[in-house]
Amino acid sequence: MAVGIEGADIVRAAALLGAGIAMGLGAIGPGVGEGFAAGKACEAIGRNPQEAGLLTRTMLVGQAVSESTGIYSLVVALLLIFVV
Amino acid sequence: METAHIYVMGSAYLGAGIAIGLGAIGAAVGEGFCAGFASRASARRPQASSDVVRNMLVGQAVAESAGIFALVIAVLLIFLDHHIGETTAKSAALIGAGACMGFGAIGSGVGSGFPAAGACEGLARQPKMAGSLTTNMLIGSAVCQTPAIFSMVVAFMLMFLDFSKAPVSPTWAALLGAGFSTGLAAIGSGVGGGMAAGASTQGIARQPLTLGATTTAMLVGQAVAQTPAIFGLLVSFILMFKTFPESSTLTASFALLSAGLCMGFGGIGPGIGNGMTAEGAVTWVSRSSEATGVLTRTMLVGQAVAQSTAIYAMVIALVLIFVV
Repeated sequence: MAVGIEGADIVRAAALLGAGIAMGLGAIGPGVGEGFAAGKACEAIGRNPQEAGLLTRTMLVGQAVSESTGIYSLVVALLLIFVV
Repeated sequence: METAHIYVMGSAYLGAGIAIGLGAIGAAVGEGFCAGFASRASARRPQASSDVVRNMLVGQAVAESAGIFALVIAVLLIFLDHHIGETTAKSAALIGAGACMGFGAIGSGVGSGFPAAGACEGLARQPKMAGSLTTNMLIGSAVCQTPAIFSMVVAFMLMFLDFSKAPVSPTWAALLGAGFSTGLAAIGSGVGGGMAAGASTQGIARQPLTLGATTTAMLVGQAVAQTPAIFGLLVSFILMFKTFPESSTLTASFALLSAGLCMGFGGIGPGIGNGMTAEGAVTWVSRSSEATGVLTRTMLVGQAVAQSTAIYAMVIALVLIFVV
């Protein structure tokens, strides 16, 4: 009985640690990638300010795709916290 | 020496090693980067080399401060008599203080090197702008140091606050997590702030007339790049000051440690990304100042999106603290 409770505690603790690591590390890539996209968009707008609308739209689409792995991390973290 | 004292002092020495070991990385990289650019600038215009070297030394001194903060924390961890509070919680707090300062000094040290390098290069290009370049460099690198200062504040709190009233478990994990949260999140903000400042010093050397617009864009960009470090600081404060009910389960402890790691790692990417965005915007504000409005708007939109994963990390950290 006591062993059973301990085992469940270890599994739950590991799931929560995994959730934090998943979201924490998973946030690095999208942050850098989206920032890179936005920096290049600013550069392009600086060269050609008339196309600001098109460039902002392209930037946002690119960032949305880059965001996807961050959302995967969020989903996995939430699963580890609330479902597992 | 009694056992409790041995554990606390052992943790303090471990924390000291972590603090100065990691803390020495950033300042050294930043200063080396600056010295490389200073050499190139002196080669390009040897008659300006005395100005370049003077500017290099001033810039390196600012970059060095992150390393000095880490040295101060390491020396205090070694020589103070940390015999306050309950052993396990205090040990964790001291290791957390070392990790916080060590990681937290990396970004600011590297970041401060960028404006210093840009100013050295700019001096060879526009020797007449020496005063403005040095001023701009100092403003930019001072902002870069804020994440290291946040880390030092958290490290001091972990060293000097008395946690003996709080239940050992899960407080030990909360204190370790508090150190990781600010320390790791400060890496991104330090580097990101530096990228914005580096673009500013290079930009005003190319286009001296846009000094005002460029400096403003730099400060706005840097302010946004600081947000992940501020999120990290917020999570650290919650972990240090919230009273957690006593619980001997691993789950309660690991949830808090995990919250700190989540916010810490989660702040790195958005901090660097915000800096990359600001770098692009600041560079082009200096080259085509009539596009300042649209560039600032695009920069802020881009940074807001790049910030989203830091916000996800903060949400998960807060769920781990308050819901689990």
